[in-house]
Amino acid sequence: MRPRPHSEEGRVGRSREEPAGFEEGENGIDEGRRRLVGAAVVGALVLAPGVSLIAYAEADGRRATGASSKRRWGLLIDTTKCKPSCTACVTACSSYNGWKNEGRPTDPQWIRKVQVTDPKTGFSRSVPVMCQHCANAPCVEVCPTGASFRRADGIVLVDRHICIGCRFCMMACPYKARSFVSENLTEQKPWAPRGKGTVEGCTLCVPRIDAGKVPACVEACAREGGGAMTFGNLKDPASALSRALAEYPSVQLRADLMLDPGVHYRGL
Amino acid sequence: MNAIHYREIDGRSAGFWGLAALLLTFMAAGATAGYFMERIGHIITGMTNQVVWGMPHVFAVFLIVAASGALNVASIASVFARVEYKPLARLSGLVAIALLIGGLAILVLDLGRPDRIGLALTHYNFRSIFAWNIFLYTGFIVLTGWYLWVMMERRLNRYGRMVGTVAFLWRLILTTGTGSIFGFLVARQPYDEAIMAPMFIVMSFSFGLAIFILVLMGAFKGTGRALGDQLLMRLKNLLGVFAAAVLYFLLAFHITKLYEAEFRGSEAFLLWNGGIYTALFWFGAVFLGGVLPMLLFWLPQTRRSRNAVAWGSASVVVGGLALMYDIIIGGQAWPLSIFPGMQVSSSFYDGVVNYYAPSLPECALGLGGCALALFITLFALKLLPFLPETLADEQGQAG
Repeated sequence: MRPRPHSEEGRVGRSREEPAGFEEGENGIDEGRRRLVGAAVVGALVLAPGVSLIAYAEADGRRATGASSKRRWGLLIDTTKCKPSCTACVTACSSYNGWKNEGRPTDPQWIRKVQVTDPKTGFSRSVPVMCQHCANAPCVEVCPTGASFRRADGIVLVDRHICIGCRFCMMACPYKARSFVSENLTEQKPWAPRGKGTVEGCTLCVPRIDAGKVPACVEACAREGGGAMTFGNLKDPASALSRALAEYPSVQLRADLMLDPGVHYRGL
Repeated sequence: MNAIHYREIDGRSAGFWGLAALLLTFMAAGATAGYFMERIGHIITGMTNQVVWGMPHVFAVFLIVAASGALNVASIASVFARVEYKPLARLSGLVAIALLIGGLAILVLDLGRPDRIGLALTHYNFRSIFAWNIFLYTGFIVLTGWYLWVMMERRLNRYGRMVGTVAFLWRLILTTGTGSIFGFLVARQPYDEAIMAPMFIVMSFSFGLAIFILVLMGAFKGTGRALGDQLLMRLKNLLGVFAAAVLYFLLAFHITKLYEAEFRGSEAFLLWNGGIYTALFWFGAVFLGGVLPMLLFWLPQTRRSRNAVAWGSASVVVGGLALMYDIIIGGQAWPLSIFPGMQVSSSFYDGVVNYYAPSLPECALGLGGCALALFITLFALKLLPFLPETLADEQGQAG
């Protein structure tokens, strides 16, 4: 099987200040490993310019080393804490990944706020919706070339090197989580490669995760929003994410489709 | 049994070259549209992140579905041993290949990255019905080419039934695959039915035979060859039955959908209050694609008319395109149900009927693919003996 790039960003260490929202349990990143990563940062800063060039050149053939099937990254979004007027998660995603929504129907939206109202009761919630990183992802199933793929740690990505732009994944996704790049782009972020004629969507900020950080939306929600997003390892029963899921009722969107999304919602 | 004599068409008349020039013009327009869609991007089309498959898919899927149906005449002759259809078998195989190539050309040029088409041949995801279709399409061209060779090479004629049977089974699987592209889309309420696979097979019978009849009548009229009434009336009756079968499948499909409360919103949209989509369904798919051809074919006033056969066949083609537009575009216009039973709104057009208007480049690309199919047919008729010298009634019956 063809190896895939696991991340387009050079590996860097975890931020000194652990952002709120990231929760690792006993099986998570230990202190020794953090120091090791810290040392790697120093080395990376020295070697980065040359190594990066090689890394980008070889990205297509690089074997994934950052993903482990011992983890499944997921999110819990507490809609009771999500304010309708707040778009911190959307702004952070757009800023970090370099996509812009100018209000045109061809513009990408990797994450969006959806106002959900029950017409029978009037009960209303504001809900961030992005790629749900399904265990049984329809986009992965239907992709003819295998460009849509799921990493060992559950993150669903598009390999832009082999996406032919057929858009079948967009037809198959129940969450409208993917966008098609309809025109030439400039000033892409090096860690979020995007290109005309290919499909894209939320990567769960995979370069940040591989660097030990939380996704940009989670960080922004904790900093500027209501702290509605909890990120963590679904396979670790001790993680705050797993504990919250065990303690409070939550739902997955379109759970009837049995896709087992990695994103859970509370308060819907 | 009388021997059938086949002969190339002369292809020297002003009409021939005029038609070739017209088709080349459409092909050039299609290629230009494909070039600009690749260079500038799909921003020049009407497609958006809401309606991701547009007019090119309408034409492409129509041609691909019709391609497998066009092979039916050959199958009837060799697989089901109806000798009266045998003189038409070569033309049937040719039209089938030409339509498929025309459809595939559109599909490839509509890709976001058509330059990567080679990847589709080297990177397979075997769980993808799309990847299966790549196999099925290329296999169909190879098998039908082999079938034509067996039919045209006298010493290989004895294998005709065997190869014809394989090609027939292949075409059934192919159209099952095409219908399943939509039938497997469980997330979209207007699709998500297993019946779409057999429905597409029946649609292929109807669209393919209609195009075949039009090509047959055009080729015989253009070359001044005799085409007997009995053969034409037999084909016309068959097309009438196929058109009725499409209506039956549409009825079964929508009745099933209407029975399930989950789908009533999307069904009301497509069948009752969906504007252009409702009009295309009732006037296009049902009336032009089914009712009008049946009236033309079987009303006492028109049942013997050759013009009625031509107009009825053309009506099936137009109705078929309308049905394909209704299925592909109408199916995407209806919003996804991410929060069933809830009212939703967002900056990403959640909860609203999606707008789509085809652009000129999209239409040019679609028509260019149709022109390519006819161009291949036209020049193949000039290069190789596909057409019988005569299909006058006595020859047509004797085969």
